[in-house]
Amino acid sequence: MQITIKYFGQLTEITHIEEETLEISGTYIFELLETLYRKYNTLKTKDFQVAQNQELVSKETELTGAEIALLPPFAGG
Amino acid sequence: MMSRYNRHIILSEIGQLGQDKISNAKVLVIGAGGLGCPILLYLTAAGIGTLGIIDFDVVDITNLQRQVLYGKSSLGVNKAIAAKARLEDLNDSISIIAYAEQLTYKNAIALFNEYDIIVDGSDNFETRYLVNDAAIITNKPLVFGAIYKFEGQVSVFNYNNGPTYRCLFPNTPAQDNIPNCSEIGVLGVLPGIIGSMQANEVLKIVLGIGNILSGHILCYNALTCKTSTLKIKRNETAISKVLKTEENFHNTKMEVNCETEINTISIHDILTKDNIQFIDVREAHELPKIEGLNVKAIPLGDLENNLHEISTAKKKVLFCQSGIRSKRAVLILQRANITNCFSLKEGAKEIIDTYKVFKTAQKNES
Repeated sequence: MQITIKYFGQLTEITHIEEETLEISGTYIFELLETLYRKYNTLKTKDFQVAQNQELVSKETELTGAEIALLPPFAGG
Repeated sequence: MMSRYNRHIILSEIGQLGQDKISNAKVLVIGAGGLGCPILLYLTAAGIGTLGIIDFDVVDITNLQRQVLYGKSSLGVNKAIAAKARLEDLNDSISIIAYAEQLTYKNAIALFNEYDIIVDGSDNFETRYLVNDAAIITNKPLVFGAIYKFEGQVSVFNYNNGPTYRCLFPNTPAQDNIPNCSEIGVLGVLPGIIGSMQANEVLKIVLGIGNILSGHILCYNALTCKTSTLKIKRNETAISKVLKTEENFHNTKMEVNCETEINTISIHDILTKDNIQFIDVREAHELPKIEGLNVKAIPLGDLENNLHEISTAKKKVLFCQSGIRSKRAVLILQRANITNCFSLKEGAKEIIDTYKVFKTAQKNES
């Protein structure tokens, strides 16, 4: 299925893109992440949470959404 | 005489009753830096009755690009003290309390108990988790804001049984993922925007108006002007874990720069570079590289497994980009009972500037 993926903060330094639409074949969020890790090697070393259709979900959640966002923590102030 | 709060009072959503609520509110702001400055300015102007400011840091010239409370006359002055002086000029009808000290596990609970609302304007994960956990234990709403380069995050945690920072990010990020050492730039106006959003949430909580940003995190990008609001669920397991730490909370040690004494040394106090083992704890890819000195490169994350590579005889000076990770590294060595080790106050760049060692190695003169 076609999924739009949004990247925030430090993650865009790896992806060099803030948003992209990919054809994803997996059933779960972690399968989508595996696809992304193949595309962006260093992504798996980063801390982030996943939101599906604007709602934060665990990596074991079923992939149902049209939009996925990867959100890293920010420390700066 | 017209009240200084006239423009609040004539709003039907606020009125004199609302303004009285603001005057009775007690708000503690953690950090008087990029976020803290706009938060403090707007809360002072709004007339928050009791405003606490905690910050141990002093104002330096690079702060003035975004920390709008300060001017040249504040350079070298503690931020909490300098902020109080400026804010009292803005509004002397409220009570402003400056704590020129670091927030620690030891002082957090007692301090939080004195206030109704906590606002996080800190700049490191360790303090952010401390603030979050102390807010859970004292059951205070926490107005959160954080920034990175051109992006910001805002949320209200622990509000009416809403989620907390640990429901969003349960654990402190892995050490080598903490980008707080090398100097990261930030667009000066960004903390102004995010801090103002935090001040807005504080006033809404005090007044009981509008929709509080609880259960959601707002992400703002200054370059694209886009905002995304993501829903967060409360994670009872993460919260009860925090509550279990209550009894021993005040005994928890900060990892960096407070209760544990860490030996630091300035490049200018190193009398001779001979017989010193320099240890570069940066990641392999980080620049500038140093050649022509007795430097051993062991990234921070690998240090514990490579203690055998560290000279026991020589004096050891550990460095990174700006002296933060190297402190963590010295702490690791100290815990392993390795003595005679120091964290360099400066970074790799200053070593190069001082010793003129860069890329093309100097000939070994000995």
